[in-house]
Amino acid sequence: MRKAFVPLLAVAGFIFMTAPILVTRAPYESTMGLVQKIFYFHMPPAMLMLLSAIFCGIISAIELIRKRPVYDWIAYAAAELTVLYGALAMVTGPLWARKAWGVWWVWDPRLTMSLLLWMVFVSYLLLRRYGGPGSETLAAGLAVFGMATSPFVYLSVNIWRTIHPLTTVVPTLPVDFALPLWYAFTGFLLLYIALMTLRVRIEEQRALVDQLYLESEE
Amino acid sequence: MKKLFLSIFLFTGALVQNVQLLAQEPQSEFVPVTEIPASEQLPSAPLVIAAYAFVWLAFAVYVWMMWRKLGKVEQELGALSAQISKPRTARSDGIRP
Amino acid sequence: MSAFWRVVWIVAKKDLAIEARSRELLNTTVFFALSCVIVFSVSFVGEGGDGRALGDAAAGILWIAIAFSGTLALGRTFERERYGDTLRALLLAPGARPAVYVGKLVGVVGLLLATEIIIVPLVALLFQARLFDHTLLLAALLGFGTVGFACVGTLFAAMLGRARSRDVLLPILLYPVTIPVMIAGVRGTAALIQPTPQLDMARLWIMLLLSFDVVFLTLSLWTFESVMTE
Repeated sequence: MRKAFVPLLAVAGFIFMTAPILVTRAPYESTMGLVQKIFYFHMPPAMLMLLSAIFCGIISAIELIRKRPVYDWIAYAAAELTVLYGALAMVTGPLWARKAWGVWWVWDPRLTMSLLLWMVFVSYLLLRRYGGPGSETLAAGLAVFGMATSPFVYLSVNIWRTIHPLTTVVPTLPVDFALPLWYAFTGFLLLYIALMTLRVRIEEQRALVDQLYLESEE
Repeated sequence: MKKLFLSIFLFTGALVQNVQLLAQEPQSEFVPVTEIPASEQLPSAPLVIAAYAFVWLAFAVYVWMMWRKLGKVEQELGALSAQISKPRTARSDGIRP
Repeated sequence: MSAFWRVVWIVAKKDLAIEARSRELLNTTVFFALSCVIVFSVSFVGEGGDGRALGDAAAGILWIAIAFSGTLALGRTFERERYGDTLRALLLAPGARPAVYVGKLVGVVGLLLATEIIIVPLVALLFQARLFDHTLLLAALLGFGTVGFACVGTLFAAMLGRARSRDVLLPILLYPVTIPVMIAGVRGTAALIQPTPQLDMARLWIMLLLSFDVVFLTLSLWTFESVMTE
């Protein structure tokens, strides 16, 4: 798994370099014009943030049951990546909204719940950093709660009246829009996996260092 | 004398007010348009460029930070394993006699 | 099953007995909630001149006061356990661990409800908000909202046990997860104090609060067992 990092990074890097070509060739959207092109770099991180949150929650639940350190490493990495991808979505979104809706931010259900989800995982990171020993288990419990909010974020646009585009937009995309979108999505996904392997490796090495410190004191 | 000045003052005041009113014709109705002239619209290009630039920058920073962390941890690991593989007496524990 | 409820009752009764003797938690929580309400009312009084607060401010202020005083109360409920080191004893007790959790939860909810009984009339008074026109709906909002907030709060406060920086970590962990509960509570209360009360909206928010309660309570019961490592 660890060997996969460099090739994954290379492929993802290539996709990111070439994505703008596909994006420029995609047609303009009728009402939003040029600014809609942000979509190709907004939707993948947003979707991956939700998926990453769910993934972190599941791994944390397994960690609470099985208690093997590798699950803890993966959960920590997943939480960090949730925060990173969430930050990407939260910055590209308002940049798009400024033109499309006229304001940087509205407190509508989709935006509010996404922000809350992001904050839950930021608090996860704060807990891991400053909570002292034993915070792995507590953080795992927190991640499970975070995961429970995820589906609400996705479905919020369908349940409540909101200004954010509905979930029906992506499944019904014409091919000209869909191609660059899923190309960019693949790039983001591969990069996610690459970063995950890197991050887990760091945690693994750290655990090894701790173990060696313990051994050297004997 | 005072009365003269007062009446001149009031008259001038009234004149000035009327002139001001005439200068700004108040709007009598709002006229709708369907297309805002391009000079009034918010330019999209800076927003799009900023969005893409932020994504690349964020990833670059994150990968760089992680790479450095990995480097530091592996360095520490190397140093520790070198220390451990030395014979016991050569180590500077300071605890054992 | 009755063993479960017996442990719940024992734990809750213990907290109640300690509280009845000193009333420390109750007095301090109520007074803090009062201060909150007053500070916020001063901040939100409009410029109109007749000293009235802005529109729906009453609903928001009520729930903020509940959230803040609730967080303090949670911290101090478990601080007590830490001093007496009673938490470990509780967890070693032959009852199921979830029963200990539910017992603590009952105590916290009781404390918060007692606080609300004093705060709600005060808010109604200070903001000329006709909160008591629909007392049953208001009680449902406050009840379900308090239970939802306390569910997550009790779990996190117990989890943080001996963690470093636990005092500041509790709000950091608690608020993002419970903001949906707060939103539902505030919007439901606001729907009630409108010039023409929107009872259907209030009922909708009550239903949402109920579903939050079910989800959070279930999750908390599942995770309490594995997360308490003492």
